[in-house]
Amino acid sequence: MKAPDLVASAISNAFRSKTRTLLTILSIFIGAFTLSITSGLGTGINAYIDDTVSGVGASDAMTVTKTNGDGDTPLAGSSEPAEYDPDAVDAGIPGMTVTALTPDDIRTIQDIDGVVRVEAQRSITPDFVQFDGGTRYVASVGSLVAGQTTLLAAGQEPADTDAEFQVALPQAYVEPLGFDSDTAAIGQRISIGITDAVRTQHVIEATVVGVTEEALASPTGSSILTNQSLTDALFAAQSTGIPEDEANRYAQASVWFGADATETEIDALQERLAEAGFTGTTIADQLGMVTTVIDGIVLVLNGFAIIALLAAAIGIVNTLFMSVQERTREIGLMKAMGMGSGRVFALFSLEATFIGLLGSVLGVVLAMAAGTALSSVLSASLLADLPGLTLIAFDPASIAGIVLLIMVIAFVAGTLPAARAARADPVDSLRYE
Amino acid sequence: MRDPIIRSVDVHKTYGRGHGRFEALKGVSFDIHDGESIAILGKSGSGKSTLMHVLALLDAPTSGTILLEGVDTSTLQGRRLNRTRNETFGFVFQQFFLTPNASVLDNVTLPLKIAGVGTAERRRRGLATLEQLELLDKTKNKAVNLSGGQKQRVAIARALVNNPRIIFADEPTGNLDSKTGAAVEDILLGLNRENGITLIVVTHDDDLAARCDRRLRIRDGLLLEDAGVAA
Repeated sequence: MKAPDLVASAISNAFRSKTRTLLTILSIFIGAFTLSITSGLGTGINAYIDDTVSGVGASDAMTVTKTNGDGDTPLAGSSEPAEYDPDAVDAGIPGMTVTALTPDDIRTIQDIDGVVRVEAQRSITPDFVQFDGGTRYVASVGSLVAGQTTLLAAGQEPADTDAEFQVALPQAYVEPLGFDSDTAAIGQRISIGITDAVRTQHVIEATVVGVTEEALASPTGSSILTNQSLTDALFAAQSTGIPEDEANRYAQASVWFGADATETEIDALQERLAEAGFTGTTIADQLGMVTTVIDGIVLVLNGFAIIALLAAAIGIVNTLFMSVQERTREIGLMKAMGMGSGRVFALFSLEATFIGLLGSVLGVVLAMAAGTALSSVLSASLLADLPGLTLIAFDPASIAGIVLLIMVIAFVAGTLPAARAARADPVDSLRYE
Repeated sequence: MRDPIIRSVDVHKTYGRGHGRFEALKGVSFDIHDGESIAILGKSGSGKSTLMHVLALLDAPTSGTILLEGVDTSTLQGRRLNRTRNETFGFVFQQFFLTPNASVLDNVTLPLKIAGVGTAERRRRGLATLEQLELLDKTKNKAVNLSGGQKQRVAIARALVNNPRIIFADEPTGNLDSKTGAAVEDILLGLNRENGITLIVVTHDDDLAARCDRRLRIRDGLLLEDAGVAA
């Protein structure tokens, strides 16, 4: 029997007992639907995290801080009173300080093997932002390192190449400052107040070029985003009155390594930094926890879907065993007429695979429809605070993967009855005395 | 005289082992010549069905040899064996063994489909065979909706469609009333006479046996009588 005939026969055989086939398809459908939804959930959430990763930091950079004496991570909270550290600077998180990096430290880091470039990040603490003489609001300043992007609601990112003082406002500041809308804020000038070491307050004017969205892993949180020239100006204003060698104290530094660095190489670099007394944290380290938890949850959910599929697979075994039983005579006859055992096996396992294909396609298509509808409803209501999040997303590769996986499961389930059919002795099948 | 189409040499067939051991054939030898019509006669349990299965290469003899046109069939294995069965033999069974919900044409062309013949050629040869058996008007009917006589004619068409050298008919009239049974006998013997197809009928019906050239009577696994005129 030729391959096309074999496939056509398998398909028509699948529909010979319609109710039974339909019920089997239904059980596979349930598994396929569940698996599609759970993996869609993983895809959606992880895609959202991936989108915001570039907001958190470049993938070829790590943040380096000076390791604290007791070896605690800088972010580890403690209720014990902390010993005074003359070099401590604000870490940017209220109540947290880190040991500052000095220009000497930066040079040390620069000399460490594997470091391509190092850039010190200055800590700038402005007093307020204000628009057109209106209410003054407390604000913090963040800046993007190379490779970072942020989600913009309007306008564009402040350009480091521009000499003009540029700033991007978080969405939450737009209305309080007195702008009508996100777009109305673009092009307007705002004032930033900053106090120097001798308690003199400076006010610097900057142009609003963009409005940033608040994302789950926003790089700057609710901080305003400044370009290089504005950062320099603010820092200069803040450092007024501090001796030159005292002014340059950095909370942290960004260290770039080769973009093609492998995980082992990055680990080795972190090791060398640790030996020199610094702590290097990559984006993967920072996000590791979040993605691990999400992956874990998705894995468990997928596990449930797989259990449903295994039950469906047993349904296939059952259905086909019944078919083999019913068609004993027919199998015997075909073998008597010269059909090889291999072909008989192929006929039945193809039938199983076809049932798997039908069930999985049905499940995947309906899951995509339901998932898309559900996530659009959710993002408009329950998850409205997380713009850019599509809770259940589908990518073609994983959808194809699911269909393929179910077809493989169906094929494997079909091999048991197919093997029985292939083994059937025509003489036994055709005996009727 | 040419080589016999089938030569059976001291064929034994044993089922089971030890105490459950049962000897169905205890050494059977005969020749069947091309174009003969042979009736294999015997009571139920005599070994006549086993003999047919062995002759049709559905079952291998425990000892002894079956020669098909001078070729030792024990040398035929796997694909070659399947091919030989497909091209040389046609089968007609007492209970027809049609696929109930498939069309008459699909039932008839099954051996061609197994042989890997293309769709158009299958249809052409299937229709030609149905015409020969005056079943052309039933082409699209489902097999399940036919009368017993029509079913057996469809089964004969199926046995005939691949132009076999030998047709094995196992109690072909056993499930039919005497009138339709006689018609089916006429068709089978007609094919034997006019198309020169060797006909091997397994039956316990003496009337049908009497219409064949030769009668091989089997009892307790032994060839009791080889009666009739050799062709």
